[in-house]
Amino acid sequence: MSTENNWKEICHIDAIVPNAGRCALVEGEQVAIFRVSKSGNDELYAIHNHDPFSKANVLSRGIVGSLSERVVVASPIYKQHFCLQTGECLEDEATQLKTWQVRVENNMVQLSA
Amino acid sequence: MSTRLIVIGNGPVGHKFLETLVESGAAGDYEITVFGAEPRPAYDRVHLTAWFETRNADDLNMVSEGFYEDNNILIRNHEKVVAIDRANKTISSDRGLTTSYDKIILATGSFPFVPPVPGHDRDNTFVYRTIEDLEAITAASKHARVGTVVGGGLLGLEAAKAIKDLGLKTHVVEFAPRLMAVQVDDGGGAMLRGKIEQLGVSVHTGKNTQQIIDGENAAHKMCFADGEELETDLIVFSAGIRPQDELGQQAELTIGERGGIVINDHCQTSDPDIYAIGEAALWGGRIFGMIAPGNNMAVAAADHITQTGESTFSGADMSSKLKLMGVDVASVGDAHGNTPDSLSYSYINQVDGVYKKIVVDKDRKHLLGAVLVGDTGDYSNLLQFALNKMDLPEQPDSMILPSIDGGGFAMGVDALPDDAVICSCNNVTKADVVSAVAAGSVTLGDLKDTTKAATGCGGCAALTTQLLNSELTNLGYEVNTDLCEHFPYTRQDLYNIIRIEKIKSFEELLEKHGTGHGCDICKPTTASILATCWNDHILEDKHHVLQDTNDYFMANMQKDGTYSVVPRVAGGEITPDKLIVLGQVAKKYDLYTKITGGQRVDLFGARGEQLPVIWRELIDAGFESGHAYGKSLRTVKSCVGSTWCRYGVQDSVGAAIQIENRYKGLRSPHKLKMAVSGCTRECAEAQCKDVGIIATENGFNMYVCGNGGMKPRHADLFATDLDYDTLIKYIDRFFMFYIRTADRLQRTSVWMDNMEGGLEYLQSVIIEDKLGICAELESEMAHVVGTYQCEWKTTIEDPEKVKRFDHFVNSDENDSNVVFVKERQQIRPASEDERKDLIATA
Ligand code: SRM
Ligand SMILES: Cc1cc2nc3c(=O)[nH]c(=O)nc-3n(C[C@H](O)[C@H](O)[C@H](O)COP(=O)(O)OP(=O)(O)OC[C@H]3O[C@@H](n4cnc5c(N)ncnc54)[C@H](O)[C@@H]3O)c2cc1C
Ligand code: SF4
Ligand code: FES
Repeated sequence: MSTENNWKEICHIDAIVPNAGRCALVEGEQVAIFRVSKSGNDELYAIHNHDPFSKANVLSRGIVGSLSERVVVASPIYKQHFCLQTGECLEDEATQLKTWQVRVENNMVQLSA
Repeated sequence: MSTRLIVIGNGPVGHKFLETLVESGAAGDYEITVFGAEPRPAYDRVHLTAWFETRNADDLNMVSEGFYEDNNILIRNHEKVVAIDRANKTISSDRGLTTSYDKIILATGSFPFVPPVPGHDRDNTFVYRTIEDLEAITAASKHARVGTVVGGGLLGLEAAKAIKDLGLKTHVVEFAPRLMAVQVDDGGGAMLRGKIEQLGVSVHTGKNTQQIIDGENAAHKMCFADGEELETDLIVFSAGIRPQDELGQQAELTIGERGGIVINDHCQTSDPDIYAIGEAALWGGRIFGMIAPGNNMAVAAADHITQTGESTFSGADMSSKLKLMGVDVASVGDAHGNTPDSLSYSYINQVDGVYKKIVVDKDRKHLLGAVLVGDTGDYSNLLQFALNKMDLPEQPDSMILPSIDGGGFAMGVDALPDDAVICSCNNVTKADVVSAVAAGSVTLGDLKDTTKAATGCGGCAALTTQLLNSELTNLGYEVNTDLCEHFPYTRQDLYNIIRIEKIKSFEELLEKHGTGHGCDICKPTTASILATCWNDHILEDKHHVLQDTNDYFMANMQKDGTYSVVPRVAGGEITPDKLIVLGQVAKKYDLYTKITGGQRVDLFGARGEQLPVIWRELIDAGFESGHAYGKSLRTVKSCVGSTWCRYGVQDSVGAAIQIENRYKGLRSPHKLKMAVSGCTRECAEAQCKDVGIIATENGFNMYVCGNGGMKPRHADLFATDLDYDTLIKYIDRFFMFYIRTADRLQRTSVWMDNMEGGLEYLQSVIIEDKLGICAELESEMAHVVGTYQCEWKTTIEDPEKVKRFDHFVNSDENDSNVVFVKERQQIRPASEDERKDLIATA
């Protein structure tokens, strides 16, 4: 488990609309951070922003939702689904995106780099 | 040496013969010459009256491009065969050609019978059989006020409607005591008469015309045996047809007592080398004056000549359904109860103008015939019972009685035998449909493509759909129409739920009716429905996260994650100053510039964070969002129209601008496209649009459900000569009805192809308000029109929303992956290799 000083502050939680994503620049990498809310409870996820199918940096702009039990984002370009928990692509098991740990402290979104 | 085959007559049946021959693959074995007395190749006589819609003969053409050339068929139109010399096996034509033959197909059809009363051949008397006839009637109608059709049969009534539509005061004169004497009985005739009179046509039955002389207030005066008179400017005779058997007589083939060339089951005449098919042929002592039997004869003759098939002609059912708009009439089999000991049941409803009668055999086991006036919904059910000798229900009258409890009588399609003909226009049997369904045609639209069922008169669409659904169930398909795993509803259900329960957000809908978090199917669908119903701004927090890719940033995302910018240019009209602004903005932000296929300008290569600034400049210059990103109205294309064009009859640009401004921003199940052309030359290509409008001298013709794209579909003519206000009213209703009932991502074309009842049903809903919903549809549209806002304008005025366009939430940098190179003096996204090189050298 990461120690306190590994957490990097990104933005205020209000900068991410419930059930949407935003992209953050973290040590040169593009990270798509998602805020998934239901009945007022927030869960945060972070995966790579790079869509390996279109090769464009766009995943933070996809629609979040669920398929069976998994919480996913759909690529806005060709609509493949990525599991927000594991970074796995549901349509192509061989494709796996990098994930980050993410949390909210004092209303600030933090990422473990 | 190949067989010399001569086809005499280039009507629909002669053409069907040629098509069958070509399909059999044996055409190459023949040297084929076709003679046609008319000036043009085969056209669709059944739909002759449709000529009035466009007055363009090409629209009725039946011959696919290159058909004659590709199959080595020599076509000689405007040339009549005048003699057959059977001894020398030659024929000769009125242009002096003599040529030899091995086999002849006589497909000479029939000619209209004109009663030989004195004066029948005066000027301005016509028949109703060819395109030239209609042209002549149209020309004469320009100088006439009153028109009269002699003959109140199927064709006569069709002609009367056409004359009425030409703007003349119209009369129908019938010798028999009722209209459509052949098909309907007295009760039906009386009801029919009322309906025809309601259309504004005067009916005179039991009238025996004795002579036609000069009129006092009109060109002619018709004098009847009962002493009455009728003045009229033009007369159309439609008093029956006679087989065109002249050549048969000349060649001394066996001819029936009352005309017609006698044939056997292979359609051979008394000379085995000469076949006769279609309306010229007499089989079993009968002439068949309809297209379906003619087509069956054509197939039988082709099969016999080429020996590639085994079909024979064995008579035909003459049941019919009148295809007049506004009057429903049908008759099946022995409508008059001529069969000895037959019994009948009838139902008369004077309030709604409905008359139904069935004729059954004495044991009440089988249906022999039926007459339907005012409501022909039972036609195909009854027809199947009669054709297939199916056992009648215990109480046969249950088949025509209205269902008080909503139950009603429905025939189990399972009971139909495999060879039951479902679509008689195209001779499609139950077995054909069943195997097509098994092979994967799972919608009515698919079935139309694979079997051709329901693509003729459309009368069988309901039955075909019934059969389709029952087959899907038999095959164990659970027809799952759920939108997605989160909602056990169709899009149509969700639309109704949202409207009726006044649901204002996805969250509320999910809580009340769904499960899970939703997904990229139900979220955009709901967003679209919410937008149509309540018209909130699509980027409000609760709606923003539901939007599909392009709506999310109100711009179309390109392959590299950048966006395009498309301002509205209503009707394609733009001032030089506005064009200059587009140029300046494109230059300032270095955007790739292209004229689109929708008559406007697209600026590509904008990064997300640039969108609000670019739009700020465009809006300041008077532009608005073009909704190129939405499943919503795209463009209303226009041609230059009467303002400049020497042919234009209306201001098509003005109309297109008004219409585009009315419907801009309207969210729908799929995108909507429209066009307005200034005359029938159709330079705006309106007939490939969801709604197309073509100007006429009297107003506008409205076309619906056209499509370009992956699977083009010509639009259907929906209504003619509308004034502008009525046009708008119909479009309002049409769009709202589509939005209510279509599936997600279903264009109007596919929606129409899957609609039970097709065009006629749609007309009854939109024009006649059959469902009683038109006022609602109009007020729903009025709400959308009244609450329009330019989405971009509202967005750039809200700093919170503008921030969301930044690429990074925690940095001002741009996406380093977006890299352009120049091509033809403009930018384009770098390819992957180019991008690597450029980033490496940067
Ligand atoms: C820009 C344009 C091509 C051009 O450079 O000319 C274009 C570009 C696109 N078309 Fe189109 N279509 C354009 C005119 C057309 C036309 C012609 C017309 O409208 O007269 C058609 C055929 C007519 C029709 O739709 O019936 C057309 C048939 C399609 C289709 C196939 C639709 C179908 O029913 O088969 C798609 C795919 C879809 O919508 O599912 C499509 C989809 C697209 C998309 C939205 C694909 C996408 O999601 O990225 C493209 C977006 C480009 C962009 O970023 O703006 N586009 N597209 C044209 C924009 C017109 C405008 O000013 O809004
Ligand atoms: C207004 C109208 C509406 C109709 N509606 C329906 C309907 O709803 N349902 C239905 O089933 N039927 C309908 N019919 C009937 C249908 O059109 C005919 O059954 C069909 O056209 C018969 O085709 P055919 O090829 O046998 O004859 P035709 O269509 O008459 O074609 C024969 C052709 O042969 C040519 N010809 C004749 N003699 C010679 C010669 N010596 N040399 C060269 N060419 C020659 C003629 O000029 C003609 O072009 C309708 C007909 C009309 C006029
Ligand atoms: S459709 Fe008619 S009015 Fe319009 S430009 Fe073409 S010819 Fe002219
Ligand atoms: S019966 Fe006419 S289309 Fe099928």
